[in-house]
Amino acid sequence: MSQFLKDKAAIAGIGLTEFSKKSGVSELSLAAQATLAACEDAGLPPSEIDGFVSYTLDSTDEIELARTVGAGDLKLFTKVNYGGGAAVGTILHAVMAVATGVADNVICYRAMNGRSGQRMGQGISGQIVSSDLVHWSWYMPYGMLTPGSWIAMIANKYMHHHGVTAEDLGRVAISQRNYAQSNPRSFFHGKPLTMEDYLASKMIADPLRLYDFCQETDGGCAILVTSAERARDLQQKPAIIRGVVQASTRGQEQMTSYYRDELDSLPEMEMAAKLVYAQSGLGPDDINAACLYDAFTSEVIMQLESFGFCGRGEGKDMVRDGALDIDGRLPNNTHGGLLSEAYIHGMNSIAEGARLVRGTSTSQPKGVEHVLVSSGVGVPTGALILARD
Amino acid sequence: MAQSFRMKPPMGEDNGWWWQQAAEGNLAIQRCKACSTLRHPPRPMCGDCQSLEWDHVVASGRGTLDSFTVLHHPQFPGFDYPLIIILVKLEEGTRFTSQLINCSEDAVEFGMPVEMVMHEDPDGFRLPMFQPAQGAHA
Repeated sequence: MSQFLKDKAAIAGIGLTEFSKKSGVSELSLAAQATLAACEDAGLPPSEIDGFVSYTLDSTDEIELARTVGAGDLKLFTKVNYGGGAAVGTILHAVMAVATGVADNVICYRAMNGRSGQRMGQGISGQIVSSDLVHWSWYMPYGMLTPGSWIAMIANKYMHHHGVTAEDLGRVAISQRNYAQSNPRSFFHGKPLTMEDYLASKMIADPLRLYDFCQETDGGCAILVTSAERARDLQQKPAIIRGVVQASTRGQEQMTSYYRDELDSLPEMEMAAKLVYAQSGLGPDDINAACLYDAFTSEVIMQLESFGFCGRGEGKDMVRDGALDIDGRLPNNTHGGLLSEAYIHGMNSIAEGARLVRGTSTSQPKGVEHVLVSSGVGVPTGALILARD
Repeated sequence: MAQSFRMKPPMGEDNGWWWQQAAEGNLAIQRCKACSTLRHPPRPMCGDCQSLEWDHVVASGRGTLDSFTVLHHPQFPGFDYPLIIILVKLEEGTRFTSQLINCSEDAVEFGMPVEMVMHEDPDGFRLPMFQPAQGAHA
């Protein structure tokens, strides 16, 4: 694994809109507001932005956003595929551009009316034939139309194989809900969760209950990536990008990788771990905090194993030991995560990663040197390690 | 029972033949003509030997349950809930995602033997489902 990209670039600005269930504005407006906020956070005018990267699922095209915010001439405009798997992938594309001199100041963004507009799991049907639509058609005729239904198949196998209980999933939900109590942006701010509440919550896709699911959110988030050198001259403490990778493995499907040898692990996340550790020269022992992608609670426990924080089947033991809490081994999703803060497809977790490095999280653990952030689970994915300068 | 609003698969060159087999009552598995590797879901090239030549075998319909989920919400029109979705390890070695019928939610178990039942919607659309194995292999 090449270390060419290591320490070349940094997150210099983060920008968020208000998170809500009904924004009342367009997704373009959310993207523009988030972008402007990221520029203001960094102390860089939008006219200096010369690159935009987003998700293929995002409705706001790069040039629409560029015109709206008054960006400069663009040298990079691209989108990354596979839903939340795109999250840190957008950072990789920005870093590649910055490190090679293709672009100087790149905005990675995701803006969505995820509750009031197009919701997830509405199904796909029609006369158009593409390889992606054919893929979904092995599931949708059977009524598997939602992300929860796709993930539950793997979660159930994993839990069965390793003795993971409903209470273990509940512990993840509660840990992140606790963080939400100190984060005013969080949807669940002021609404703590007990194990009793968790276990009483509605079963959606067995073994996943309502509180195992992330939010549906209206909101936008933008991340400003520039060179490490430039970031040091801007107004925030840079979050140095020590490692950033994408990963997709043999037999990969989007959400439904049901045909690989093992059903109770995340091969693409194990690959992302191997690559990002090799690139950064770090290992699991060097990571002080994390934002592990949490569209569903089960994914957090599985990733503890993928990233080598424990052995196979031991994720549940870490959770039982309180490892994810603020005084634990690996404070995780200290903003509340996608479960409790907001679901901006993982982009808000990259923002939290930068905050953790700056020391400005609303639940800031002591002595954070390196933060691991991951992209979507069960899809082609990626991993990011941010470091204090 | 499911009505005619079941979401129909788009029928392309790579998958239409499989649904045609289902319409004829068969659970088909694609087979590479060069190296005989079975593959599902179907693809136009063998990932092992890169051959574009393929045919198919008709599965016995017998298998065991590798994983499952029971869907409760959201409820889409035309489906019966709780809806038991299963991942079957077919006797031939490939896996297949389907629905388990004629089985209560409490009776579903990992590893249980299942057998294929060809389901037909009121509009004539056919798709393979499974039920707990009734035969001697159970």
